[in-house]
Amino acid sequence: MLGFTSYYFGRKKAYTIQSTNKRLTALPQFYGYYLAIWCAIPAFIIYSLWAIFEPTIVKLLILSDYANQGYLDDELNLIYEKTKALSRGQFTGEVTSLIQTSSEKYLNLRSIAQSSKVVIVLCIIIASVAYAYKRISSNNRTREPVEKFFNAVLFTASLAAILTTVGIVFSLIFQTIDFFKVIPLFDFVFGTHWYPAKAFVRDSSEALDPTMYSDTFGAVPIFAGTFFIAFIAMCVAIPIGLMSGIYLAEYASYKVRQYAKPLIEILAGIPTVVYGFFAALTVGPFLKDIGTAMGLEVSAESALAAGGVMGIMIIPFISSLSDDVITSVPQSLRDGSYAMGATKSETIKKVIFPAALPGIVGSILLGVSRAIGETMIVVMASGLAANLTLNPLESTSTITAQIVVILIGDQAFGDPKTQAAFALGMSLFIVTLCLNIVALRVVKKYREKYE
Amino acid sequence: MIKISAKNVDVFYGKKQALFNINLDIEENQVTALIGPSGCGKSTFLRCLNRMNDVIDICKVQGEIVINDFNINDKGCDVVRLREKIGMVFQKPNPFPKTLYENISYGPTIHGMAQSKQEMDEIVETSLKKAALWEEVKDRLHEPGTGLSGGQQQRLCIARAISVQPEVILMDEPCSALDPIATAQIEELIDELKKEHTIIIVTHSMAQAARVSQRTGFFHLGELIEHGSTDKIFKNPDNTKTQDYITGRFG
Ligand SMILES: Nc1ncnc2c1ncn2[C@@H]1O[C@H](COP(=O)(O)OP(=O)(O)OP(=O)(O)O)[C@@H](O)[C@H]1O
Ligand SMILES: [Mg+2]
Repeated sequence: MLGFTSYYFGRKKAYTIQSTNKRLTALPQFYGYYLAIWCAIPAFIIYSLWAIFEPTIVKLLILSDYANQGYLDDELNLIYEKTKALSRGQFTGEVTSLIQTSSEKYLNLRSIAQSSKVVIVLCIIIASVAYAYKRISSNNRTREPVEKFFNAVLFTASLAAILTTVGIVFSLIFQTIDFFKVIPLFDFVFGTHWYPAKAFVRDSSEALDPTMYSDTFGAVPIFAGTFFIAFIAMCVAIPIGLMSGIYLAEYASYKVRQYAKPLIEILAGIPTVVYGFFAALTVGPFLKDIGTAMGLEVSAESALAAGGVMGIMIIPFISSLSDDVITSVPQSLRDGSYAMGATKSETIKKVIFPAALPGIVGSILLGVSRAIGETMIVVMASGLAANLTLNPLESTSTITAQIVVILIGDQAFGDPKTQAAFALGMSLFIVTLCLNIVALRVVKKYREKYE
Repeated sequence: MIKISAKNVDVFYGKKQALFNINLDIEENQVTALIGPSGCGKSTFLRCLNRMNDVIDICKVQGEIVINDFNINDKGCDVVRLREKIGMVFQKPNPFPKTLYENISYGPTIHGMAQSKQEMDEIVETSLKKAALWEEVKDRLHEPGTGLSGGQQQRLCIARAISVQPEVILMDEPCSALDPIATAQIEELIDELKKEHTIIIVTHSMAQAARVSQRTGFFHLGELIEHGSTDKIFKNPDNTKTQDYITGRFG
């Protein structure tokens, strides 16, 4: 609020400077921003520091009464908590006079702190605004500091994003390392049995016995399941997505394109849970009915249902990305081909498609990494039993679905079962990271070619 | 002998008329230059001759364009055959992002002109030779065409155009992206090509028009103001607008 007023204040000042005499060194708005920043930032910093240190200081002051009376730290803490509770009126125990007095003192201190906080912050605002105002009056530079400030804000934002990523990776790494201390890497990567439920039955008082898990955390079935379902999904998504992308880019008239493109993109906006129950409640049983009619044994939760619906989910990605790459193939190539007497489909097949291929491959890889990372559809439609199978009519499970299974319900940290989830997350992270890097590389290479 | 004859050609882009009642005869085995200020409709006219305006949705062509006694604006005209007979070279070199060999063999493959690999090799070689590019690229036929220099790329595009042995070659400012040396090479090439092909070239360079062409047409604001032998147009034009344009007083 104060910031806004000082913005207008600063701008007005700038106008008056402008009208009285010389040229300004920056646009009037910059003077406004300058003043607003000076108004808000120092005050905000002081306020936050205050908020952080106030409780500690208050605690110290109150407990100083009890110092040298032979209390232990724990007891002191207890007294402090009691004091706080009493002053909030939430204390239920017996009120001793000791606590009574210290609670009064607490309230007292709090109110002093409160008012002095307001006073100090206001003083700081006034002081810094006055300082900034003086600098404006002497027509100092304002553009550079303001630009620097925005630069710093944006930098902090991106730093936060990067640090979060790094933090996530580290938490994954440490848990994963712990996991591999119990379960050998070899068993994890090459084992063919995945029954994390077995780890449930362990009595937590027992000592960890690694041999007990030797046949529990073999990740082959779920890796296989993951890639298998992703494969089915891509079998659906690539042809349909590509063809609709080509249609949109090359054949559709402006009008059709105007409506069809947003419609296809709506598909991308549907939450995956919705796809999930579409797969589990509509597609799954439907496949089962067809299968039984043909005399095949189909489980209601099948890899085919999950993969198929996942493919539908990925169609808009592939279609809209490949539409973009195809439209960005220069018109001059099309003209060249038409002028040679090529028909439209020949031109697409022989000139446009090869020219757009790297971009298309990039979009497909992005689609694959989405398929591998997809969770909800698999959990709902393909079941949770990690069968090692290549029969699309049976149920299989994926990395993501297994992480859900493991982490649903109460968790004990440091338990191999929980850590297995981290190990899975780590492998997933590595796989999708590689895919994304490759995809971005390919797309970038394609860009360079035409720029 | 008259190769192409345009009669009462009007062209519209949507509601906007770009060409007004053009009547122009093109002589066989000669170079015809089309000149005129920017936006006067030279490219539009050129694109009428191989129906490239079909590619633009909003473009509508009216009137008759007769090539070999056949009106190409007729319903029954086979555009694929037409474009086989009438090649085109564009302002900016536009080789396909394929190898040199594939660039040249593109047209012959589409039109089924080679029965064997050997025949195709021959077509590629003769086309490149005619385009005066063979010596420079014969060792790198299987490298991408986009890796050539601008002038080489343009000659590659010319080679691509002549690979299907067209009767007519349309060139839309083929030298505008090239340096004087490459331009001179292309001009020499045009002179050579006119023995076997009829050539129509759009250019902004008066000197180029005077150098390479036997006949010239001057366009202005969508109308064909004057046309005739290049000598006459440049030395003794009938129309004052032509005179002004050629002497550089406007445009
Ligand atoms: N695709 C198009 N859509 C709409 N109008 C067009 C289109 N192409 C050309 N025109 C219009 O038609 C007129 C003639 O254009 P054209 O390209 O034939 O000119 P030009 O003589 O080749 O010019 P330049 O010498 O600059 O190449 C111009 O007014 C132009 O604005
Ligand atoms: Mg033009």
